Amino acid sequence: MGFFENIKTSLALRFEKLAAEFHLNFIQGDRWKFLLQGLGTTMVITVLALLLGVALGIVIAMVRSTYDKTAASARPGLGRKILGFFNGFCKVYITVFRGTPVVVQLMIIYFVIFASSDNGVLVASLAFGLNSAAYVAEIIRGGIMSIDNGQFEAGSSLGFNYLLTMRYIIIPQVVKSVLPSLANEFIALLKETSVAGYVAVRDLTKAGDIIRGRTFSPFMPLLAVALIYLVLVLFFTWLIGKMERRLRNSER
Amino acid sequence: MKDEVLIQVTDLMKTYTGKNTVHALAGVDAQIHRGEVVVVIGPSGSGKSTFLRCLNLLEFPTSGVVNFEGTDITDPAVDINKHRQKMGMVFQHFNLFPHMTVLDNMTLAPIKLLKKSKEDAEERAMTLLERVGLSDRAHSYPSQLSGGQKQRVAIVRSLCMDPEVMLFDEPTSALDPEMVGEVLDVMKELAREGMTMVVVTHEMGFAREVGDRVLFMADGKLLEEGSPEAIFNHPQHPRLQDFLAKVL
Repeated sequence: MGFFENIKTSLALRFEKLAAEFHLNFIQGDRWKFLLQGLGTTMVITVLALLLGVALGIVIAMVRSTYDKTAASARPGLGRKILGFFNGFCKVYITVFRGTPVVVQLMIIYFVIFASSDNGVLVASLAFGLNSAAYVAEIIRGGIMSIDNGQFEAGSSLGFNYLLTMRYIIIPQVVKSVLPSLANEFIALLKETSVAGYVAVRDLTKAGDIIRGRTFSPFMPLLAVALIYLVLVLFFTWLIGKMERRLRNSER
Repeated sequence: MKDEVLIQVTDLMKTYTGKNTVHALAGVDAQIHRGEVVVVIGPSGSGKSTFLRCLNLLEFPTSGVVNFEGTDITDPAVDINKHRQKMGMVFQHFNLFPHMTVLDNMTLAPIKLLKKSKEDAEERAMTLLERVGLSDRAHSYPSQLSGGQKQRVAIVRSLCMDPEVMLFDEPTSALDPEMVGEVLDVMKELAREGMTMVVVTHEMGFAREVGDRVLFMADGKLLEEGSPEAIFNHPQHPRLQDFLAKVL
């Protein structure tokens, strides 16, 4: 046999082997369905966690920035003390959730706090949402604090109370500036949910692992999982870029 | 009419406690009469801006009383936002809302707080814009205006709330010199119409020409007050004499 035929056969063999592996890991026993279902679970957890994270994050950010922004003009009294208490609570919340690994938080919430629950997806969403809230809160707080104090004063001088000033004057400006960061948080969250398998949730990563456990062939399923994450992240990055350009264009 | 007291300030104090405690206001008594133009002058750090910002409680005084239209607005039970609607304020740095057009800047508060209809609010805003020569900029954004134009918009934005008194916090200090005149002209016009005004400024010409009364502040105290003629031509307090020698 000649040199080229040699390479040809070797390539053909390699290809046949890959095709067999592909068949074994994805086609045989409809194993691709694991990945599809896993992908669905991952998206559900990510979206639920983001919704919770943003809602809770906004509340925390409002408490924190209200406390800081009104330090000079505040009337001393009970209201200020109550706000001070909640501000302290929010500070501790942020410190704890940003200062410990998300896997540990997930396991504590699943195995300790909700030990009697068997709805892993919901509990995982809750755990990732609580975690994400700490990060979202800091993003939004940064956005609020970056708005010039004069904007708050102009609102007050016209007769708007703090909440109305927030609603009509500050938040519309903050939204524009923090949307890109929030979108990035969404992408980070999407990847973070890959540890949901720790609490028996069959997310995308776990699905790949299940296939690996059945076929004893780790290469294909894990590569597939990585590829799917990558495609998702690329897609959302593209979407965010588009959104950012839109926002910039609407400025004038 | 000029005898009616609109704002009565009694023993106003503002202390900033920190590493070094600062007595920004060390006991100020003052009266603002309806229809009067009061100009507050003094060296920087004298507390004149703090005094002005205490009138509508943008700064909450450490002690003392601010009585506006017969109500002690420092009383925690008072809804300060209701009273602020009647006290327009113009800032050194304009503080227009950058995400809104000029027209939206002006109509936001009348629509949301006074519950005016959009049409009424816009009609009033357009009338005011016309008077300051900016009706063609109604749909511009603040970033597209010059400093002088921004400050004129800021003035009419406050006027849209039909305030009883207008507070000016160094309204021309952030402007290029050639734009100072156009803003002062609007303020003079306003004074002629009988608006009650409290103006913190370094424009001595304006104080002399438009002011009914001039307050001189230094070190957080009201050291001398009187007609522009008395303050500028016959200053009594050595600090005032010293100050005038430097600025005139």
